[in-house]
Parts: sequence; C-alpha cells; structure tokens
Amino acid sequence: MTMTRRHTLLLGAALSMSLIATACGSSTGGDSGAATTKPAGTQANAATDVDAALNAGGTITVWAWEPTLKQVVADFQAKYPKVKVNLVNAGTGNDQYTALQNAIKAGSGVPDVAQIEYYALPQFALSKSVTDLTAYGADKLDGTFTPGPWNSVRSGSAIYGLPMDSGPMALFYNKEVFDKYKIAVPATWEDYIAAAKKLHAADPKAYITNDTGDAGFTTSMIWQAGGKPYQVDGTNVTINFADPGTQRFTAAWQQLVSGKLVAPISSWSDAWYKGLGDGSIATLVIGAWMPANLEGGVKAGSGKWQVAPMPQWEAGGKATAENGGSSLAVPELGANKALAYAFIKYADVEQGVQTRMDGGAFPATTAELNSPAFKDKPFPYFGGQKVNQVLAESAGEVVPGWSYLPYQVYANSIFNDTVGKAYVSGTTLQDGLKAWQDASVKYGQEQGFSVQ
Amino acid sequence: MTATTEHRSRAGRSAGGSSGGPLVIRRGHRRLGHPRRRRSTLLTLLTAIMLIYTLLPLAWLAINATKTQTGLFRSFGLWFDRDFALFGNIADTFTYDGGIFTRWLLNTLLYVIVGAGGATLLATLAGYGLAKFDFPGKKAVFAIVIGAVAVPGTALAVPTFLMFSNLGLTNSPWAIIIPSLVSPFGLYLMWTYAADAVPTEILESARVDGAREFQTFFRISLPLLSPGIVTVLLFNFVVTWNNYFLPLIMLKDPDWYPLTLGLKSWNAQAATAGGEAIFNLVITGSLLTIVPLVVAFLLLQRYWQSGLAAGSVKE
Repeated sequence: MTMTRRHTLLLGAALSMSLIATACGSSTGGDSGAATTKPAGTQANAATDVDAALNAGGTITVWAWEPTLKQVVADFQAKYPKVKVNLVNAGTGNDQYTALQNAIKAGSGVPDVAQIEYYALPQFALSKSVTDLTAYGADKLDGTFTPGPWNSVRSGSAIYGLPMDSGPMALFYNKEVFDKYKIAVPATWEDYIAAAKKLHAADPKAYITNDTGDAGFTTSMIWQAGGKPYQVDGTNVTINFADPGTQRFTAAWQQLVSGKLVAPISSWSDAWYKGLGDGSIATLVIGAWMPANLEGGVKAGSGKWQVAPMPQWEAGGKATAENGGSSLAVPELGANKALAYAFIKYADVEQGVQTRMDGGAFPATTAELNSPAFKDKPFPYFGGQKVNQVLAESAGEVVPGWSYLPYQVYANSIFNDTVGKAYVSGTTLQDGLKAWQDASVKYGQEQGFSVQ
Repeated sequence: MTATTEHRSRAGRSAGGSSGGPLVIRRGHRRLGHPRRRRSTLLTLLTAIMLIYTLLPLAWLAINATKTQTGLFRSFGLWFDRDFALFGNIADTFTYDGGIFTRWLLNTLLYVIVGAGGATLLATLAGYGLAKFDFPGKKAVFAIVIGAVAVPGTALAVPTFLMFSNLGLTNSPWAIIIPSLVSPFGLYLMWTYAADAVPTEILESARVDGAREFQTFFRISLPLLSPGIVTVLLFNFVVTWNNYFLPLIMLKDPDWYPLTLGLKSWNAQAATAGGEAIFNLVITGSLLTIVPLVVAFLLLQRYWQSGLAAGSVKE
C-alpha cells in the first residue's frame, strides 16, 4: 500500500516536471519564431532600430572563442549599462559550428551573435541560417575593411557578417637558425625549397616547416598561387583541382613532402609548440594573427623569430592570400537582432577594434591597418622588428577572386582522409586533391547542390 | 586510471560467471574459506606488467604537473625539470580565468552527488524490488534491463539531446543529471546481489512480526545490501565523474561544464588564433581531477571488499 502511494507521488512529480519543461520549451520557441517572422523593415528604420535597441537595452548571447572579446564585452556593457552580453565559449571552430547547426535544427538555444570563420560562413549564409545585415546598414561599411575579409563576408549584394580579424599570410622564420646555417631568407618558393634542403642536410633534426596535411594551409597556398578550384554561383558549384594554380603549388610542395623535408608534426600540437621553440621547425607560412600565439605559447623563441613577406611564385611578385580569420554573424533565429548588430558593429568597426588590437589581434579594418601607431609598433618578441609593416602590406596584396565551398566545413573535415594520404604513403598531392575533389563533389550532390 | 581498471576487473568477474552475481560471491567465499598459497611466476609477471602499465600514465601525470610551460618542452617526459612548479601550477589552476576550475569542480560534484547518488538509490530500490517481489511482467522488465545494459550510452546521447532540446532542458544541469540517474548496469548488479544477500526467510519473518515493507527494507535489507550499494555507488561515481560525451553535446555554457569538458576547453586554447597555450595547467588540472576518484576508491575499498565476503555468508 505504502509503496503504491509513493509510486503515484513520484510519478506525479515526474509528470509535472516534464510539463513545466515543455512549457518552457514552447515559450522559447514562440519567441524566436516571432522574431523570425517580423519584417526587417526599411533600411532607415533598421538603423534607428539599432540605436533604439541600444537605448532599450536587453540581453544578448554571444558564442565566440576569440580571447580578446572578453574585454570588448566588458567595455560594451560599461558604455551601454542597459545591455547585458553573455559571452559563451561554445567550442573552437568545428565544435562550435556543430553546436550551432544543432541549435538551429532544434530551433532553440540559438545565440544572438556567433563567431564564424570566413571559410565556414558561406555554409551558414547559403542555408540562410545567418541574417543579411544590409537591412541594418552594413552595406554602408564598404571600404571599411580590407578586400580579403570583406569579400569573404559578402555574397552578391548580401552581407552575412562583419569581419572581426584577418590573416594575410607572411613568412615567420627563426632567424637564429637561419643565421646559424647561413641560409638566406627565401624570397621565392624555389628559394624556400633550396633552404629546406640546406637546413635539413645541415641538421637532420631541423625542418623548414611542419606539415601533415592541413586543409586551411593547402587552400591558402593554392589561393596565393592563383588557383581557383572552387567556383560558386548560388547552388551551382564547380570544383577543379587540376587548374594551373593548384598544379603550381603541388609541383613545388610535393618536392618537400617526397624529400621528407617537412616535419611530420601537426600544427597546434604540443610537439609543434616545442619545435617552434627549439628551432627544429624553422619557418611558418601563416596568417598575420600568429604573433600573439608565438608570444604566448613559444616563450623560448623570444628574440629569435622574424617576419618576412610570403615567398613568391614569380621573382619580384607580391601576391599573398588569407589564412584563417573570422567574422561575427547574427543567426537568423536570434531573438534580438538589432541589438546583436549593435554589438558586432561595436566589436568590429568601433572602439572594440582598438581593444582587440591591444590584446594582440590582427585587425581587418583599413583605417587601423594604415595607422602609423599600428605600423610603427616595435615587437620585443621579434627583436624589436616592426612586424605590422610586413603584415599590413600583405593584407593589401591578397589575390582577388577566391571563394570557398558552401560546405567547406564538411570538405575540410575529410581533407585528411584524402589529401592526408600524400603525407603517409606513396600517393601524390595532386592525386590526393583529386580524391578530395571527388569526395566533395559527391557530398555536394547529395546535399542538393549542382556540382561539377 | 586505477579506478577504472579495478572496476573493469570487478565487472569482468561478475560477467565471467554465467549465472551472474551469486557465482561471484560463492567464488569469493571459496577463495576465502580455502586460501590456496600456490604461486605462479607467469601470473606474477603478467600482474607486474599490468601494474606498470596502469601506473605509468599516473606517474607521468604526477611528474609533469610539477613543470612550467617552458619546463614541459625542455625536459624528459618521465623525469623532473629543474624548476619544481607543482604548487605554483596548482595555485594557477585554481585562479586562472577567474577561478573557473573551482566552478567546474563544484559542477562535477553536483552531477556526481545528485546523478550518481540518485542512480544508486534508484538502482537499489528497483533491484531489491525485482529480486524480492513477484509481479506480472517481471520477465519483460528483466529483458529490458539486460537490453539496456547492452546499449552504449554514447549511442543514446544524440537522441537524448534531441529529446532534451524539445523539452528545453539542454544547456542546464538537468541535461546531465537526469540521464545520469538511469543506470541499468547498476540495477542489474543490485538485483543479482539482493537476490542472494537478503534471505527471503528473514523478510518473511519480518512480515510475520508485522513490519511494513518499507520498514523491512530500511531496517533489515539495507544493511545487508550495503556492500552491493557501495559497489554500485563507486561504479556510478566513476562513470559520472568521467562523463564526457553527454555534457559535450548538452552543454554550451562553460559555467555548467564538468571538469572533463573544462579541461578540454583549456587544451583547445592552444589551437586558437590568439589563444594562450596552457599545457601545464591542463596537466595539473587533470591530476587534480583524478585525486577525488583515487580517494573515493581508497576509502570505500575496505567496505567493498569486506562486503564481498559478508555477502557470501549464506546458509
């Protein structure tokens, strides 16, 4: 008897709990639904909407992993006391995109602002998961940002995010190692390969760089070489890794891979940090955001590293590419888009830019990149070199016309299954890229794209 | 590490006997009753290898928790660096990023106490009920429980996420606690244990004396069941403490992270543009994370071992 009564009680409690839960769930769903169906209004209205939202205040949730945003959020809240910003690190890169996709699919728990890397943005833009910001006045920002990042956030006349940082590439090299073996800083990729051979011959433990197959690096290298393997027009996609630019890259890089002249160490691993510190990884061709990582993670390399322009395919050339970098976007299901836009404008165009630069981030705005205070700042870590002069110049020389796939996140996730083989077996890079192309075409078709 | 291995051997032992729990106990009884002093060089050697294999990661962890970020890179992995920074590392672990490590520790404790504690309570009640009461559908319950043991939690994580998402419970502690309350293996263990450890005769005499069912349960059965409860508690404790995949997909807000996810997010910092590499804090944090597990095993081991023997005293 007692038992039965208790049982009923427990069951009742469980039932009422689930009822409350359901009520919560549906109310959240209702809110976001209302926000979605609300017309964006005319442009003039939208701009005043943004000001009105700041005055009205409210709470927004920001998903981002970029460390300097913490200070930006604090300053923003101090400036607009009625606004509360929940800054949530929902994972770095891919982890966060998966979480974001899940939340969008479930229709609840979608943040108001999300950090999205340039390579991933087309994926969210094409599915209309992120808001076109022209309605809030983002189209007036033309010329504010350097061409590389600005082109990365636009599709046709729509603008799907504001560039937060950029990664124009440069050659970071360990000057101590170069001096020790009397190697000249390579100006062309031909020189670079020669330097790789000379260095490894002089010290079998030292490598010119590390590479175990990295989709971001490979696509950036093809970008600089003038390759345009991805052509995207709406849902019509063409993938072709047989173009001359790609072949230019593979012909050169294959020599390094076949000759075992690149360290078999994955970027961002502990071994990588170690190698950057002890001289066994002598150079990195990487985005302009790298100084902060070297200063923070490779203290042993202080005073040894220098920055030079990216090696060229033609002597005297100046071509560069973007590597990494991310935007802040406003998900379509967000509840307070006007306020969200006010925040990303603050972070990416207004005072937030300087705050982030002070924290070591590399800006995407032309005004800051060209300011003397930025360019003439000496970096003690780099032996006092004014590295921003090299990096800012690189930002202006990014090869135009590059585009990523509208499902680049997936494509990059299978890079190691295809191109990665070239690093561990007899497959060539060109064959690996062909396999990557085939797998990407197949996936695109399954997703309903028209892919060739 | 040790904890998990010990557990596995315990689980393996009970799974080894085809008729489940009772066999375990009888075997233990025989071993205790007739201690055999035969030694096998091969077995000793195998056990020694196993011991080194289990202790090596622990030793590595303890040694490397004493190193600074720079020290980690310049010294041999299994020996100390010239700078001994253990206490500095521990202090930094607790203060880094506004002391979020403490928050993660408290979260983990919450999940373990409510989740693993609740799971043990439910498993005990249900296991006892199934072992000592006859009711229609018992066989069906048995089949469901055995089936549930066979389904790995990882396979259920995504459906659970979708369900919780519909309920609006994701990104809250409930998303971790509620699934943790369900422990089919614990229930099965309690069931087989109760069937053997609580003689039906005692229950009958208690009933004859006029005790109500709940009185009988708390006064008579519970003390008899305590070794089994400790085992199930330890088991659930380890599972919940080490829970990673479920929180990974359920939680987005680092304020609700358990230690496992928190440490992973610290580790991921090294792979972020502009992020700070803090391998020394990740290692020290990992060491601190396993300390409570080790302590729980050392403290509860005694009850658990005596329990195995106590349960075997059966006429």
